[in-house]
Amino acid sequence: MSLQVTNLEAELKEPISLVSEGDTPSPFRAASPTESLRDRTRYLAQLIAQRNPLVGSDWLQSIRDRAQNLLRDQALPSTRDEDWRFTDLSSLYRTTFQPASAATVTDLDAWTTSDLPIRVVIINGALSAEHSTLDVLPSGITVQSLATTDETIQPYLSQQQGMNEVFTALNTASFIDGVVIRIAKNQAIETPIHLLFLTVASDVAVVSSPRTLVIAEAGSSATLIEEYGVIGEGTYWTNAVTEVFVADNAQLKHTRTQRESATAFHIGKTAVTQARDSRYALTTLSLGAQISRHNPEIVLTGIQTETHLNGLNLAVDTQLSDTHSLIHFAQPHCVAKQLHKCIVNDRARAVFNGRIEVPQAAQQTNAAQLSRNLLLSPKARVDTKPQLEIVANDVKCAHGATISQLDDEEVFYLQSRGLDRKAACDILVKGFAAEITEKVPSVELRSRVLKSILYLISNE
Amino acid sequence: MIIENSEVILSVKDLTAEVGGVEILKGLSLEIKAGEIHAIMGPNGSGKSTFSKVLTGHPAYTVTGGEVFFKGQNLFDLEPQDRAREGIFLSFQYPLEIPGVSNLDFLRVAYNSKQKHKGLEEIDAFDFDDLIREKLEIVKMNPAFLDRSVNEGFSGGEKKRNEILQMALLEPTLAILDETDSGLDIDALRIVANGVNQLTNPDNAVLMITHYQRLLDYIVPDYIHVMEGGRIVTTGGKELALELEARGYDWITDSEPVEVGAR
Repeated sequence: MSLQVTNLEAELKEPISLVSEGDTPSPFRAASPTESLRDRTRYLAQLIAQRNPLVGSDWLQSIRDRAQNLLRDQALPSTRDEDWRFTDLSSLYRTTFQPASAATVTDLDAWTTSDLPIRVVIINGALSAEHSTLDVLPSGITVQSLATTDETIQPYLSQQQGMNEVFTALNTASFIDGVVIRIAKNQAIETPIHLLFLTVASDVAVVSSPRTLVIAEAGSSATLIEEYGVIGEGTYWTNAVTEVFVADNAQLKHTRTQRESATAFHIGKTAVTQARDSRYALTTLSLGAQISRHNPEIVLTGIQTETHLNGLNLAVDTQLSDTHSLIHFAQPHCVAKQLHKCIVNDRARAVFNGRIEVPQAAQQTNAAQLSRNLLLSPKARVDTKPQLEIVANDVKCAHGATISQLDDEEVFYLQSRGLDRKAACDILVKGFAAEITEKVPSVELRSRVLKSILYLISNE
Repeated sequence: MIIENSEVILSVKDLTAEVGGVEILKGLSLEIKAGEIHAIMGPNGSGKSTFSKVLTGHPAYTVTGGEVFFKGQNLFDLEPQDRAREGIFLSFQYPLEIPGVSNLDFLRVAYNSKQKHKGLEEIDAFDFDDLIREKLEIVKMNPAFLDRSVNEGFSGGEKKRNEILQMALLEPTLAILDETDSGLDIDALRIVANGVNQLTNPDNAVLMITHYQRLLDYIVPDYIHVMEGGRIVTTGGKELALELEARGYDWITDSEPVEVGAR
């Protein structure tokens, strides 16, 4: 079964939802929000009340306080909120989390790669100088702990659109540290910077709030890899926010892999501002967590920018993997290309909502979005929704969505060459994922990610 | 080449098969011995391609009767991949495109599946590179095709050459060429046919399925069978093709089915 939708300059009100066989309601869909508004308000208040103190300067403290005030009397969302319609967080709200404190670990081998020597390690939301390789930083780049950084970052931190969104504000109100990366003007950094965000999990459920600020100054160029994962076993919640500023004519290649454990919750925001003539490419790989949600939000404030978003969500077993992206155009002559893929197996579910805003001022916009989805089991489900809001009248905006299963003819072709059914399916899934995974700028990480994908889809 | 007392590679008796509830093969019998090249010709819809799919185990086709033995083994006891590993190869009429999978990886996985089946050591990327470059010569293929996705964006001729490259690599006992000549220009046809001719030997056999006599000028068969209505209705030597070319199929299809495979 395959479905192709291609519309020009249209807003699709209803998402395309498809289960691959029959109309079996997914376990997530069936569940109505069990937590009342009061419960969700109280839950949020509780999270803020018990947050760890920040050991840092006053102005940083005031940013936390501002977010705290913003959240007063607010509630975390339920499926009645349009943005969370397909992502039911009831199981998160039923879990009591303790704030994660700075911790040390002994063995990082599972997460480090030898072809990524520049490593910045953030454990439970705090920069770990001990595990980072800050001594091998090339010139032209500075990496600092957020808690000890100076006020020069004040114009950047928590200044972007979307900072008031409840989980982002919760991160702002709760961070105990973080990392600030600055690529100096006109500096080209060849080696990718590997940011490793790890939670130390245990019997006690913990929530961590990693916070990252990246400033790519004018004319600079760099490659950044963010990776989210865990050391140890247990339930935990990562509520991450990364803010990125790409200044005039700067270039940033950004990869974000999320390989949390199956007991984790992961909510993440990647907020990006692109100034004129800048180029930004984001590759996201969301493989882990029982419930994950990622919001890449790209705001194009200058003319003639170029943006590439490539995303892959993999969901198996009873996982729910959600990506809500936004590209906001504001100026003329900007180009954005987006390819988002979902692979769903078992009774799992994936959600993609791709919003593209083209206001009157953004003439000559060239935007293209394609959502491609692969369902590997009869109970797997994907909800995909392109959402193009176009006011400008001289633009090129295209979007499309396909939903398919593995092609029997392709499987047979491979079998006729001696591959058994499983090997044939693996190679086809790998092929489907490759268009995204091949963008990962590290051979080792790429092969690790592919291994994870094959392991996850074949783990009965 | 016809060899006295050579081993029977494929023995098909009264084979019937259906697809989607429609009977296509209606009592097909055929015997192929080592060293022989057979061609099946016949009008559209006579069941030629169905026969190739049934032999390779395509799941959409259901065998309803008769028997097929491959090197003495009941073919229907084998899964499609085991038929391939045991030495049956089908060159597809329409080779599939597999985006995202490099041709080189695909070929290596296929080769190693067979190695493993035979209890031989799997070959690593470096040794495989040497091996495949040798095989590329057979079909005069540019090594650049190895780095591209399987058949993706290949022309018709390049796809067929890629099929014969796989044949060269997997060294099948029985190669079934399903309309390998269709849509090829004369240069591509020469290359493909030349490739196949280099691969034939006294221990293997080829079954060609074709519409056109043209192919048989380049790969000369020992036997030509004419199929009609799901059965082989006549069998002859290579001269039969010329008669078919001149007179069409009608003069045969009116006549009674004959016992085939008989010497």
